[in-house]
Amino acid sequence: MSTRFALVDCNNFYASCERVFNPRLIGRPVAILSNNDGCVIARSEEVKQLGVPMGAPAHEHKETFRKNGVVVMSSNYSLYGDMSARVMETLRPNARAMEVYSIDEAFLALEEWQGVDFARWLRARVRQWTGIPVSIGIGPTKTLAKIANRITKKTPELGGVLDLALVRDIDEILSKIACDDIWGIGKRLAVRLAAGGIRNACEMKHGDSAWIRKTLGVVGERIQRELQGIPCLELEEMPAPKKGIASAKSFGRPVEKLEELEEALATYTARAAEKLRSGGLVAKQIHVFVATNPFSIKQPQYSAGTDAPLPHPSNHTPDLISAALRLLRAIYQPGHQYKKTGIFLTELVAEESVQPDFFEPASIITERGREIDQIVDTLNRKLGRNVVRYAAMGLNPSWAMRQENRSGRFTTRWDEIPTAMA
Amino acid sequence: MIAENPIPFEARSKLRIPLVSAKVQAGFPSPADDHMERSLDLNEHLVANPAATFFVRVQGDSMRDAGIASGDILIVDRSVEPKDRQIVVAMPEGEFTVKRLCKREGKVFLEAENSAFKPIEVAKNQELVIWGVVTFVIHQA
Repeated sequence: MSTRFALVDCNNFYASCERVFNPRLIGRPVAILSNNDGCVIARSEEVKQLGVPMGAPAHEHKETFRKNGVVVMSSNYSLYGDMSARVMETLRPNARAMEVYSIDEAFLALEEWQGVDFARWLRARVRQWTGIPVSIGIGPTKTLAKIANRITKKTPELGGVLDLALVRDIDEILSKIACDDIWGIGKRLAVRLAAGGIRNACEMKHGDSAWIRKTLGVVGERIQRELQGIPCLELEEMPAPKKGIASAKSFGRPVEKLEELEEALATYTARAAEKLRSGGLVAKQIHVFVATNPFSIKQPQYSAGTDAPLPHPSNHTPDLISAALRLLRAIYQPGHQYKKTGIFLTELVAEESVQPDFFEPASIITERGREIDQIVDTLNRKLGRNVVRYAAMGLNPSWAMRQENRSGRFTTRWDEIPTAMA
Repeated sequence: MIAENPIPFEARSKLRIPLVSAKVQAGFPSPADDHMERSLDLNEHLVANPAATFFVRVQGDSMRDAGIASGDILIVDRSVEPKDRQIVVAMPEGEFTVKRLCKREGKVFLEAENSAFKPIEVAKNQELVIWGVVTFVIHQA
């Protein structure tokens, strides 16, 4: 039996989520901004047509937004995360296996009979159950499924579904896919391929394997075989174990005082600690950084980072906060307008694999400490993030993220569920 | 860099499962031990399909006679196929509204359950978007 893969990709996912709960946005151009309302991170089809690129600074396109009646919104990750989970749970029972690849993409392993008709049915089901439109590309390998999906997006006549098994001349399609649009090949590798005369997916498929292996290594060889229809990449059903946890955000306004940086860093650290605990992990190493805003050309620039091993592997919030603040004080320089601070926790290992240090019994997290973490996590899950907080995190952060146009958290907060007129 | 979890899955409902009751040390075990069952979970009763179920708050009293009051919470299941006479959340004019779906003489109406409100007829050329079917109403007693 030959393997078949589908890539299911939500169309303009963030904008589509907003439209499910605000039908007035249907047919209108919608742009969604990053944390702090800085850059455009998601665009409805109409905004793409207006030529506003992904990642564009919002202030550079104010005029375009105004002239074309673009609805500009802050990002609402609580909503997108919940809607993503709903899409994935709708897909899951319909495939032999599934890999959640990103917030808006999933690979499915299909049976032989699951072709275009099945994909149309599945697409309609996701639309009906969740309100989210998806595109589905099917192929003999993950790489080809990804390409099939890309083509459905560029070819509206396909109705959002393409099965490469029904395409007579795959090479013709592949010759229109530039190398840096192939999954796993970035701009850098594409330049190297171009040096050898390989400019599109078709040329890569039929290219000299020995040269490709020499130039791109085993990764390139694998991609070539995938383009030839030989599956080399399996579904990854379990998320890969985390190598590190990051928590960093830009401020709503420039921050100068050490106390404010400390509050922000303590808040991000508490969040990172919570993530560690939810994964049953402890960190051995901690990295802290600060940076000014590289876009404020007139201001003096400063950025610095430093790391240190933790005294003992930990996921206990107070341990991590005190370590983080110590590092912050070491790199802080007064007189700068800081834009960002953050923390990376690395060298993560499973909590149960950590041996209590026989010679230094005080170094492990105490039973009491663990209990406090558990209580804090439970309360914050129930009452909302950071309702229970450490004093170091501050009470009334004025540095917090700017989110002026966020829609309601329609599916995760009782007091923000949508209203229907009766 | 290091991505967060791709999707924050969270159990929609946590069941409290009483594991053991009687202490082991001394005395007789509780005669109920062999009959322990898990506590009832309202989600099982009210939410047949979590992926497709949403909660919507009611504002207004046009559905009073159907037992739906202002401030009530509707459980809306988008996976249920809307049928004649069902209570639905629809958006006839780009706004959520809760009404009873009625088909009469080849026409489609959204009817209120309160004589003070007129039914809304859905014109033939107008696409009626049914957002979801109301399966339960949560009303504070």
